[in-house]
Amino acid sequence: MDSERRDFLKTSGLLTGMLAAGSSLALIAPSRVWAVELKALTSQEGATLLAVSRTIAPHDKLDDAAYAVVVRAIDQDAANDPAALTKLRAGLEHLGADFASEPEPERVRRLRAIESGEFFQMLRAKTLGTLYATPMAYAYFGYEGEAFSKGGYIYRGFNDLKWLPEVPGADSGPIAGQA
Amino acid sequence: MADIELNDAGAVVIIGSGAGGGTLAHELTRRGIKVVLLEAGARQSTGTFSQDPGEAFAQLAWLEPRTQSGTWTVIEDYPTLPSWTCKTVGGTTVHWTACALRLKSWETRARATYGSLEGASLIDWPIQYTELEHWYGLAEQRMFVTRRNGIPGLPASSHFKVMYNGAKRIGYKRVHTGYMAINPLPADQRPFCIQQGFCVQGCKTGAKWSTLYTEIPRAEATGNLDLRPECRAVRIEHDASGRATGVVYRDPKGVEQRQKARIVCVACNSVETPRLLLLSESAKYPHGLANSSGQVGRNYCRHTGGFVWGVFEKPIHFWRGATLAGIVEDEIVNEPKRGFVGGYHLELAALDLSSLPMSGFPRTMWGRELGFVMDHYRSLAGMYINGEDMARATNRVTLNHGVKDSFGLPVANIHMDEHENNNAMRAHAQRQAKAMYEAVGAIKVVNSRQTPATHNMCTARMSRGPGEGVADLHGRTHDVPNLFISDGSAMSTPGSANPTLTIVALALRQADYLASRMSAREL
Repeated sequence: MDSERRDFLKTSGLLTGMLAAGSSLALIAPSRVWAVELKALTSQEGATLLAVSRTIAPHDKLDDAAYAVVVRAIDQDAANDPAALTKLRAGLEHLGADFASEPEPERVRRLRAIESGEFFQMLRAKTLGTLYATPMAYAYFGYEGEAFSKGGYIYRGFNDLKWLPEVPGADSGPIAGQA
Repeated sequence: MADIELNDAGAVVIIGSGAGGGTLAHELTRRGIKVVLLEAGARQSTGTFSQDPGEAFAQLAWLEPRTQSGTWTVIEDYPTLPSWTCKTVGGTTVHWTACALRLKSWETRARATYGSLEGASLIDWPIQYTELEHWYGLAEQRMFVTRRNGIPGLPASSHFKVMYNGAKRIGYKRVHTGYMAINPLPADQRPFCIQQGFCVQGCKTGAKWSTLYTEIPRAEATGNLDLRPECRAVRIEHDASGRATGVVYRDPKGVEQRQKARIVCVACNSVETPRLLLLSESAKYPHGLANSSGQVGRNYCRHTGGFVWGVFEKPIHFWRGATLAGIVEDEIVNEPKRGFVGGYHLELAALDLSSLPMSGFPRTMWGRELGFVMDHYRSLAGMYINGEDMARATNRVTLNHGVKDSFGLPVANIHMDEHENNNAMRAHAQRQAKAMYEAVGAIKVVNSRQTPATHNMCTARMSRGPGEGVADLHGRTHDVPNLFISDGSAMSTPGSANPTLTIVALALRQADYLASRMSAREL
C-alpha cells in the first residue's frame, strides 16, 4: 500500500445512519441503512458538518441521509482543493469539537457569531444549494419537479385550489382543449 | 442560411441574438439585407433544454465573472452574481417569463414628470409616446401577447387565485393573468402552454415567445442570415474617420476573427453592451467607442425589485402553472403622496424547490425561520415587485482591470447605490403585498431583498443631445454614425415594465429606420 493510500485511510471518515421507519425517503431509497464515505474529512468533522447543515436548514422530520449529501458535497470540494480543506478544517475547529452534541440554541449562537464571514456563507450556500436539489428533498417537500414529460399541469391540477373563490373569466382565460 | 465572407463589408453585423438582436436580424433579413449575427452562447432547442433547474441555469446563463461595488444589498446576498443574463442563442428571451408590458406615457417623460429628483440623472425619451405606441402595437402582434389584439388571457392557476383574491380584498381593481407572450391557445405555428411551470429553464413546448424559435429561424429562412453561435465579440473597430468597420470576435475554437461590417448593432444586454464599447477603446477613442460624453455605462438601471413570499396553511402548489401569469396594475401611478415617485407592478412569481432558498431569501435567513418557510413549500405563494429604478450617473458599468475573463479581458463591474426613492418604493410594495396575503389568511410573510437583475437597462441610453446619453432617437450612437445600440441599453428610462416588449418595439422601429437609410444610401 502506497503512502498516499495510507494517508487517505487515516484521514477519511464515514457517516452512517438508518432511515426512520415511515420516512418519506424510505419509499425511494434502496435500503433503510445508508453510509457516506468521506474522502478528506474525518468522521467527527463530518458529524460537525452534518450538524451545521441541519442547524442552517432545520427540518426535524428530514432524515440525516439528506444532510449527509451536503457533507459529501463539501467533502468532495475539500478533497479536490487542499487550500479549501485547510480553511474548512480551521473553520470546523473554531466551531468546536463538541458542536454536534450541543443543543440547537448553542449551535445557532456559534453560527450567528460567524454569520457574515466567508466560511459560514460557504456553508450556507452549499447547504441550501445541495439539500433542496436532491430527489430526497423533492419527496420530502412534495415538489413535483420536471412536468414536461407528463404533459405539464394543465389537465393535472394547475388550478385545483378550492379554498378561495374562482377568478372571473374576464381576469382569467380559456383552458386549451376545454374551451 | 447565408455564408457571408469575413471580408464582405456589405453586411450588417449584429452582436447578440436576444429580444433586440434576434428581432432586428429577422426584420433586416426579411427586407433582403444581409446580416451576420454573432452570439456568444451555444444554440439550444426545445429538445435540449434541461429540466433540472441547476443544470438549466448553467446551460443558459452568462457565467463569465462579473464584479460589483456600491452599497446595494445584492453585493451581500449574491456576491458572485450581480446580474443574471443569458449566453445562448435567443439571449434572455430563452429564460424570460414572458411578461410583455408597455411603458406608460409618463414613464417615458421621467424628468418632466418627477422633476429634478436629487441624486438622480433623469431624462425624457427623445421619442414621442404616440410613435412608441405604434411600435408597441406591432411588437404585441409579433409576439402574440395575451389580452391584446383579441387574444384571450392565460387561464388562472391556483397560485394566481391567491394573488387575485388577496388583491381584490384590499381594494385593487386591475388584477388579471397578465399581458403574456405565452400562447393560451395554439398560435403562430406554436402550441398552447401546458402550465408546466418551467418558463425560466427554457420553454420545452415553445408556447412562450423566444427569438430562438421564432425570429431567428425565420430570418434563416430568408437566406440572408449568417448566425454564428459561440462567437463572442471582443472589440468593434473603426477607421480614421471614426466609422465602425467591423467586429473582432473569438470563434468557437477561441481563434480571433475579424468580420467587416457596413453597420454594427450592439445588443448584448445592458451589462455587456457598455463593456464591449469600453473594450473598444482606441487612440481616437481613448475612453471607449461612442463615449466622448463619458456616458457609456452610466445610469445603469434595473428594476426596484424583490420577492414577497406568503406562507399559508392550505396547499397551493405554486410551481404548477406559467411562472409569472398574474399581475396587479393598480400601483402604476405617479402619486408622490405615497412617499416616492414612479410606480411598480406586482407580478406572480414562483421558484422551484432548489432555487427558492438560494435566490428567494436574503443571506441572513437561515435556521428555524428558513426551515418553517421551506416546510410549507406546498402552501407558499409568491410575487415579484417590479418598480421603476431612478437612474443615477454614478450607478454604472465599468471595466474591472483587476479581474479577467477566460479571454484575459477585463470584466464588467456593476456599481450601484440605491436611490432613496427606490427604498421607499420597495418598502411600500412589501407592505401592500403583505396586506394582500394576510387578507387571504397568510400565517407569515417574508421578503427577499433586491435580486440580481435580468432587466438591465439604460447604460447606453437614447438622449436628445450628446451630453446626456450615448445614442439618438434611433439608437444611433451620437459619436459613430454607423454604430447602433439595439437592446435595453438604449432605453432612456426603465419605467416599471419588464423591458422585453419595449426592446422588441425599439428593434422593429430601428430596423425600419436602418432599411430606409440603407436604401437611401445614407448608411
